[in-house]
Amino acid sequence: MQEKCWKDKMLFRYLFILLVLLPIKAFALIEVDITRGNLNPLPVAVSPLAIDKNSKNNFNKILNIKNLGSEISIIVENNLKQSGLFNPLNKDAFLQESEIANLKPRFEDWNLIKAQALVTGKVTFIDEKLRVEFRLWDVLAGKEMMALAFTTVPSNWRRVGHIITDKVYERLTGEKGYFDTRIIYISEEGPKTNRIKKLAIMDQDGFNNKFLTLGNELVLTPRFSPTNQMVTYLSYFKNLPRVYLLDIETGKQEVVGDFPGMTFAPRFSPDGKKIIMSFAKDGNSDIYTMDLENRIVERISNHPSIDTSPSYSPDGKYITFNSDRSGYQQIYIMNSNGKNVKRISFGNGLYGTPVWSPRGDLIAFTKLHKGKFYIGVMRIDGTGERLLTENFYQEAPSWSPNGRVLIFYRETKTNTKGEGFSAKLWSIDLTGYNEKMVETETDASDPSWSSLLSN
Amino acid sequence: MNLSKTLKNVFLILVACLVLTACATQKKTTGQLQGDVYTGSDSVEYLASGVPDRVFFATNETVLTTASRETLRKQAAWLRKNSDINVVLEGHADERGTREYNLALGERRANSAKDYLMTYGISSDRISVLSYGKEKPVDSGSNPLAWSKNRRSVTVKAN
Repeated sequence: MQEKCWKDKMLFRYLFILLVLLPIKAFALIEVDITRGNLNPLPVAVSPLAIDKNSKNNFNKILNIKNLGSEISIIVENNLKQSGLFNPLNKDAFLQESEIANLKPRFEDWNLIKAQALVTGKVTFIDEKLRVEFRLWDVLAGKEMMALAFTTVPSNWRRVGHIITDKVYERLTGEKGYFDTRIIYISEEGPKTNRIKKLAIMDQDGFNNKFLTLGNELVLTPRFSPTNQMVTYLSYFKNLPRVYLLDIETGKQEVVGDFPGMTFAPRFSPDGKKIIMSFAKDGNSDIYTMDLENRIVERISNHPSIDTSPSYSPDGKYITFNSDRSGYQQIYIMNSNGKNVKRISFGNGLYGTPVWSPRGDLIAFTKLHKGKFYIGVMRIDGTGERLLTENFYQEAPSWSPNGRVLIFYRETKTNTKGEGFSAKLWSIDLTGYNEKMVETETDASDPSWSSLLSN
Repeated sequence: MNLSKTLKNVFLILVACLVLTACATQKKTTGQLQGDVYTGSDSVEYLASGVPDRVFFATNETVLTTASRETLRKQAAWLRKNSDINVVLEGHADERGTREYNLALGERRANSAKDYLMTYGISSDRISVLSYGKEKPVDSGSNPLAWSKNRRSVTVKAN
């Protein structure tokens, strides 16, 4: 199973040959502005991908899906809708057959239903593989904006939908997408005083959920490597809270370093070669790194206060972290060697969980002020603080790989009997718009967003 | 006339204030909180007769209160008498903080209890420390009293 999965992946990588069918001719007339809150999402028509009878039967046999073409288009539609930037139109209103639309759309028809962009495509079963082609059309200009085709193994069909969305999103917004990605998180079950926590992973849209641990020991704060399929997290295995490394393709696990005490709050360096974390000893937590190749451990911070939640800048030159050296939790930055420590949070309240944006210009954080928790962002010098959302309890933002969306978790207040506790994942745009719950099978916390699986 | 009315009002307000303060102080002593440190015995278990197993902390604090020190002196006396027993000090935080900071805070709380036991002659070899942060609350409530019970260091027999 593991091996097959791996083979599929390799196959996918090799077969992920993007064939540009036609050069981009049309000058982009439609553009989506994602720097502001978008209250007028772009109306877009996602035509079901055309599929011939033979392909239909074959895919049905292999995947048990009646019409793979329309299923993939539903994934695209759903992704576009969830982004908050697009308004996928109801398919009932579509006038043109998907097969013909993919060859040459009758733009008047699509204009009539107010579509500004149109996605068409075709799936075919060739040599046991799934071949996809799709096109993006500018309806108003009556021109093709993009045409791509690629081949993969049929079991990758959901990823096909995500990859199409990424390409469409990138063409229309000018920014990379974040749809062909996964979320690693902590699944939670049971009463608040006795929670069972498991490591879990799912596609960005909640599908393909898998549990990676059984719930025998407490696990917390998983984080994806930005470069490969490794995850670092905190496990209380044998009641010894330590940072672990897990390869999600092989299932192989190991403790990170040999510390005589609790290690926690792990994250990868941007090149995936180091783990940065806190080590607590004798009541003092400081920041350390371990090189995953040569196993060399380095102490980065050395202060009698609590130093935790470290996060590297995308160029690896700086580290932002959380410290209470001023008396209360605040956000600091320092050089990656621990020198030149500077406090950057000076607003009212306590600040925690700083995370550097993959774009490098912002730091997302959790703020506690007057009994309320906020998720916010500030510039790396601490100016321009902007609070995106307020709630009874929420924390631990994680950036989408394009730095446009934050995912975090939120817990509910219990009633007077101590009942009604829940923990859920939520996401919000950097703009503060499009706040929504991310559906999970169980309660969930500590989400971490992967990089784009295909680049 | 007007002035006397104002004075009367001021007087009434002052009286009201005094009464309210009195109530508040009284609540402090009869209730289960001192400042915001838990003083009750709701979740408390005993290592031996008269030896409570836990101490409580103020929000964001790791300093031991007078009551906590008294509890720890009892624990130290009990540990001296039972020299074959080792203990784990489990440090906890309430739910009103970020997870990672709370792990560090729990570790610091357990260590301030450990340091105190050591000053009363208990060898550090007999004490280990384990932080659970906010992961294991005893009270699932979302209110100041519940939180005060959860900010604790619990001494647990290890053998």
